[in-house]
Amino acid sequence: MIEQYIPVFLVIAFAIVFAVLVVFSSKLLGPQRPTPEKLSTYESGMKPVGSTHERVSVKYYLVAMLFIIFDLEVIFVYPWAVKFRILYNEIGTSVFVSMLIFLIVLELGYLYVYKKGGFKWE
Amino acid sequence: MLYSIEEFYSILPFIILSTGILISVLIEMYSSKSEKILPWFSIIIFSAAGFYSLLTVNSMSVIMQGMLQTGGIPNIFHFVFNFGAAITCLLSVDYIKKYGAFFGEYYILIQISVLGMMCMAGAKDLFMIFIGLEVMSVSFYALAGMNRKRLNANEASLKYFLLGAFATGFVVYGIALIYGAAHSTSIDVITASFPAMSGNVIFLAGVLLFLIGFSFKIAAFPFHMWVPDVYQGSATTIAGLFSTGGKAAAFSAIIASLAPLFAGSVHVFMPYLAVISVLSMLFGSIVAISQNNIKRMLAYSSIAHAGYMIIGLAAGNHAGIAGIVFYLTAYTFMNLGAFGIVSLIEGNGETNLDLNSYAGLSEKNPMLALLLSVFMFALAGLPPFAGFFGKYYVFISAVKGNITWLAIVGVISSAISVYFYIRIVVLMYFRDSQSGFTIKNSSAGMLAVIISFMLVILLGIIPGSVINLISSFLN
Amino acid sequence: MHVPIEYFLVLSAFMFITGVAGVLTRRNAIVIFMSVELMLNSANLTLVTFSSYIGNPVGQLFVFFVMTVAAAEAAVGLAIIIALFRNKQTMNVDEINILKW
Repeated sequence: MIEQYIPVFLVIAFAIVFAVLVVFSSKLLGPQRPTPEKLSTYESGMKPVGSTHERVSVKYYLVAMLFIIFDLEVIFVYPWAVKFRILYNEIGTSVFVSMLIFLIVLELGYLYVYKKGGFKWE
Repeated sequence: MLYSIEEFYSILPFIILSTGILISVLIEMYSSKSEKILPWFSIIIFSAAGFYSLLTVNSMSVIMQGMLQTGGIPNIFHFVFNFGAAITCLLSVDYIKKYGAFFGEYYILIQISVLGMMCMAGAKDLFMIFIGLEVMSVSFYALAGMNRKRLNANEASLKYFLLGAFATGFVVYGIALIYGAAHSTSIDVITASFPAMSGNVIFLAGVLLFLIGFSFKIAAFPFHMWVPDVYQGSATTIAGLFSTGGKAAAFSAIIASLAPLFAGSVHVFMPYLAVISVLSMLFGSIVAISQNNIKRMLAYSSIAHAGYMIIGLAAGNHAGIAGIVFYLTAYTFMNLGAFGIVSLIEGNGETNLDLNSYAGLSEKNPMLALLLSVFMFALAGLPPFAGFFGKYYVFISAVKGNITWLAIVGVISSAISVYFYIRIVVLMYFRDSQSGFTIKNSSAGMLAVIISFMLVILLGIIPGSVINLISSFLN
Repeated sequence: MHVPIEYFLVLSAFMFITGVAGVLTRRNAIVIFMSVELMLNSANLTLVTFSSYIGNPVGQLFVFFVMTVAAAEAAVGLAIIIALFRNKQTMNVDEINILKW
């Protein structure tokens, strides 16, 4: 059983050896002339100032929460869509109507959030 | 077609309520006076669904591909939930202005929670129990924190949410284990395969975890710690709904799912139920004595009442189940009445909640004092009122089920609890008023209290025919 | 390759116990809630395992419902925690003690 994994172990070992080799060879072989600019943290050209524990505005979380709720409801649509043809032949239009009712209820929730200003960003 | 016209008639209370929720959301979105329209709209919806359930109580059927059961005991529960919620809405009309959470969503959330309760009461599949439980609980978490400016309400809803979600974890894991052992989530299949599996560890562990999760929801002793804080921190009317509708719904789910298992010849869960029942009764009754806030006192009394009701489950016979259903019906109306009067007496910003505010109430407002005394006597279980018959039927079932000692502990605990109920009556009639607050008039709230008073009296006059009706559904 | 069912069940039981221990010992409301989510996920793992070993899709459907409900619960829970944080500037449940715990 363990023999089956030998190729995987080989790849892991090769990856480790290669990574270590590359990092250390550049340290050993390359020229090193450090300046204060080179030693500072790389921040895309910005000056690295301030705390790393920056607080994110709560509005991001609100939008993220709303996204997660509506995103997860789609879970129910996937199995329905996969089996739609079979179910339609068996039962008829009520398969379609049930999902329509589900989506209308969901849409009402979305409209409610919109109307109450859940997406406003002032 | 998927649904027949008979199914449509059986499911009509659910359709009324769901349509009502959708229309309420539209009213809340598009009307500027939604706070004035929604309470009365909700009351109409609840009354329609409640009365329809009561009228069709005799037409039993299993619908939605064996997911849901209507008629019989589920319909009695539907009536209790809808009527309890209607009384809560009626109380809230004036109360919610005093309390300061003036949102239309308040009523929508009550409607959604009642829909969840109805799913639990009629469940024929663990799916429905889970969905109903979550629909109810999530709207309850939001209702507890409705007044988001008050730290009390924030704290109550956080505690309710964390412990409620914890309990949900137990319920879901229990359902997963039951599914693994019984190979199905249908309650009929689980019941049928129970005799073969009474020694299966996975199955028994699943049922035990399921029961532990629901012990949180019914507020039984080792899992009670959220009850006093949540009742004290949330709005009084909402606390009334938590203690009546929430408890009744959790019991209805246990009855719908596990009562057939308890009725078996080997009642393996009797020791667990007996222990939490004894602990809840004694703990609730003894700790309630030392409380000075009336909402906390009623919370501990609700823990004790959960203990009495569990006796019926521990007895494991039809008499016990019928006793619980009767007890819950009576308890819903007497406790809502008591919470209703507390909400009428409460002043702006959650004042007048300590017991001293009730001193000399008989002179200030003799009507309220009389009604509150009746509710207190009923909660204590004194003879002419509904509460007495609830306890009586449950204790009788314990004697029939050969656990007489449990009934004796129940009687002792009732005797202890008489002290703190009667203390309020003594305060109202034999002490002089110390603080000179005035009670705001609220005709809607008064009407709600009088309706619950009449139901408590009615259940005290005709307990025999009600219990016969309930028993006829069980055989 | 066939992994025995016991492995999955023991793993999920372990996850469940970790979640319960987290709820009982942690003091940050968010961490407590994460532990609850861990409990729900252990139940999901159990459901999927049984579903696959029994050869019956009901368990997987149940997982869908558990996931959506957990998302709804998370939304309400985070709203509650934000409301509390705005009033009290803390998330430690030991400091949330106006009402006797």
